[in-house]
Amino acid sequence: MGIDLPLVWAAIVAFGIALYVALDGFDLGIAILFPLVRGRADRDVMMNSVAPVWDGNETWLVLGGAALFGAFPLAYAVLLPALYLPIMVMLLALVFRGVAFEFRFKATRSRAVWDWAFAAGSTVATFVQGVALGAFIQGFPVVDRQYAGGAFDWATPFSLFTGAALVAGYAALGCGWLIMRTEGALQERCYRLMGPFAAALLAAIAIVSLWTPLLHPQIAQRWFALPNLLLFAPVPLLVAAAAVLLWRAIAARRERLPFLLTLALFFLGYTGLAISLWPNVVPPSLSIWDAAAPPQSQSFLLVGVLLLLPVILGYTAYSYWVFRGKVRPGAGYH
Amino acid sequence: MLGLEAVVLARIQFAFTIAVHIVFPAFTIGLASWLAVLEGLWLAGGRQVYRDLFAYWVRIFALTFGMGVVSGVVMSYQFGTNWSRFSDVTGAILGPLLSYEVVTAFFLEAGFLGIMLFGWERVGRGLHFLATLMVAIGTLISSFWILAANSWMHTPAGYAMVDGRFVPESWLAIVFNPSFPYRLVHMVLAAYLTTAFAVGAVGAWHLLRGRSGAASRTMLSMAMWMAALVTPVQILAGDLHGLNTLEHQPAKIAAMEGHWETGRGMPLVLFGLPDMAREETRWAVAIPRLGSLVLTHDWDGEVKGLKDWPPDERPNATLVFWTFRIMVGLGFLMLALGAASLVLRLTGRLYDRRWFLRAALAMGPAGFLAVLAGWVTTESGRQPWIVQGLMRTADAASAIDAGRVGLSLVLFVVVYLVVFGFGVRYILRLMADPPEGEPAPHADPGAGLHPMSAAAE
Ligand code: HDD
Ligand code: HEM
Ligand code: HEM
Repeated sequence: MGIDLPLVWAAIVAFGIALYVALDGFDLGIAILFPLVRGRADRDVMMNSVAPVWDGNETWLVLGGAALFGAFPLAYAVLLPALYLPIMVMLLALVFRGVAFEFRFKATRSRAVWDWAFAAGSTVATFVQGVALGAFIQGFPVVDRQYAGGAFDWATPFSLFTGAALVAGYAALGCGWLIMRTEGALQERCYRLMGPFAAALLAAIAIVSLWTPLLHPQIAQRWFALPNLLLFAPVPLLVAAAAVLLWRAIAARRERLPFLLTLALFFLGYTGLAISLWPNVVPPSLSIWDAAAPPQSQSFLLVGVLLLLPVILGYTAYSYWVFRGKVRPGAGYH
Repeated sequence: MLGLEAVVLARIQFAFTIAVHIVFPAFTIGLASWLAVLEGLWLAGGRQVYRDLFAYWVRIFALTFGMGVVSGVVMSYQFGTNWSRFSDVTGAILGPLLSYEVVTAFFLEAGFLGIMLFGWERVGRGLHFLATLMVAIGTLISSFWILAANSWMHTPAGYAMVDGRFVPESWLAIVFNPSFPYRLVHMVLAAYLTTAFAVGAVGAWHLLRGRSGAASRTMLSMAMWMAALVTPVQILAGDLHGLNTLEHQPAKIAAMEGHWETGRGMPLVLFGLPDMAREETRWAVAIPRLGSLVLTHDWDGEVKGLKDWPPDERPNATLVFWTFRIMVGLGFLMLALGAASLVLRLTGRLYDRRWFLRAALAMGPAGFLAVLAGWVTTESGRQPWIVQGLMRTADAASAIDAGRVGLSLVLFVVVYLVVFGFGVRYILRLMADPPEGEPAPHADPGAGLHPMSAAAE
């Protein structure tokens, strides 16, 4: 056929992860903000702003796992044992957070427990995702098609930092979402919370951008060798531009821009990482071609995914559209 | 941990997490289809009671579905965390199947679930019905793919071995592997029956408490039609499934039947205790020759016994034998209840025979138990293989120390018991809530047991 299947699959998996971060990012972010918003009615509004869509958002995480299993089984078989404990913790945290959507509205005396489960579950899940990201950047030793490192290799100052950074980042996305979807006092509160979280996100992007090349000479090489330096220069410049616009948007009390610009920041950070790590699915040693499933598997799945992704995006967008507009207190639960 | 090997702990962890998970799909698959039927009947100009029942059950559905989702997300990562060698070796086959499940089923369910649960005031009736249908269809598509994957592990087909790994040769042969059609039919019917008996029990419970309005009666009546009509079909499907298994996994059948010796004209062992060490079924109560008849449809047919396989290729016969009997026993109890319901219906006494209502109430959990028993039969009957005849479970685990597997196992058990314990309580509370048009709970003595939350009104 002449198409480079692993390359196409890498693009699809990257797209899936990007969508996951964008979508589940804000709904995890909302829960991270829960402790900062006290009123019960406000919390109802916050939760109802994502209740109809959270399951779909989380499905991108499931797709990430399944597509990795299907298209790059070796990467799946190495990464998950390498990140064993973080992943287990993430899954358990997602259990708490996921059931909270339904339980919170059914509970009488234990409502506070589910508020807590929602916030803590989401914060922990986010933190652990950030840790996993940090560990991924650091890389994993592989011997004989198996992860060959220790149980706690993932726990380094760098990965703990990326964990905290992701919490701030998702919280900023959550603020942006709530600014769009709410009004009055809650909206104002989110405008005020957004600044610090966005600042933390920007600081984190800057620190990670310096820390990674320091940690890994080959990444430094990639960014700072000459033609590349010019080629990749737009990425940091765009980050700076987005940051400036974001601050003005917050100051001008714009409703949609803060969310979109935060997403842009995420997207740029993500691009930067892709540049640093390309073409590895398991840094530093397994490339997308090493880990690829045989072509019969990748092409079988590709047909379905290419046909269905547009459909999925279509009805997902439709569902968002059905629930558009400001969420008002007491707005219909089933 | 406790001297247990990592692979044993990983097996316990898998068995525990999947067993908790399957309880929810078994209910959501059935409920989703039933809700679609209710909404369809109402839209087609049916009585108001269908709309009321929809409103009543959709809340229970939402809770169950939520728990199905979170326990399912755990499953999709478990292959990699605990079974990484398995993932590496079978990934080229099972990975695409599970990915198809995500893109054809999970997104569909999740995408329309929001509209189904929260969309009444935001979309028209037709669109709402469409959303309900999509969710129902999604659960069935989901069953299709996951059971194709699971069946392939029992009866692998359409593959080649390259460098010790499975490589797909024919996707048609992989998906429609020999045991798949049987397993798909048997499982989907199992989900429908599970739901029917749960719904029937709720109807019976309210009738027993004197709430004899249209809602309670309709629940019981619809459930009992399912019980009466679908149970025989399920038993037939199970029988055919067994014949298929005899062809492809004879050791599993030998364990289910408690047969140790190979022979003709074998008895049907009703009860007994298969003893792995002594290689015999102790205290067996058996009917001569019936075993051969059931399995080969011939009084003199030859049936293989477990001694045909070396001891390290035999499944745990005690477990397989007993879980199989639990499932079949429950199947026949369901049949009896369904038959009784037909008789009572004919004589017009379906709603007021208290012994019958009590029996229907008692059978509420029967489907769940049968589903669990059936899966344990199926899965432990495959052991020691993870892919029948080709890959051993012992060779499939990750190279992870027992400490981590044990720790995560303990966490799963604790978290699941707490979280799903609450979930089941909330579901029971919703079920205890009188359906539309019935006296409020204050009127009855047990009211204190189920205070309803404000938001659920
Ligand atoms: C016969 C049906 C069946 C079986 C055997 C399984 N499941 Fe399941 N699963 C479903 C039927 C289902 C469903 C009906 O589609 C669920 C149940 C409730 C729900 O929310 O969707 C679901 C949910 C569900 C989800 C969440 C989907 C979402 O995000 O919306 C995942 C990731 C899995 N499952 C994965 C698995 C895996 C990896 C299994 C095996 C090891 C498994 N399921 C066994
Ligand atoms: C949904 C209902 C299911 C139930 C209740 C169930 C139950 C079980 C049980 C009890 C075991 C342990 C057997 C033993 O060790 O003796 C097991 C093993 C296993 N099952 Fe299933 N299973 C189900 C579905 C599936 C599906 C859909 C898949 C794959 C697609 C699957 C894959 C496996 C694997 C990989 C093992 C081997 C690990 C082990 O031996 O524990 N199962 N299952
Ligand atoms: C009473 C007659 C029944 C017979 C003869 C029967 C037969 C069987 C057989 C032979 C298997 C094992 C298949 C294999 O892996 O080789 C099985 C599995 C199973 N049974 Fe049954 N069954 C009956 C009733 C039921 C009922 C009433 C339910 C649930 C409501 C049920 C649910 C299941 C499930 C969930 C499985 C595991 C999935 C599968 O392999 O299909 N069965 N059954």
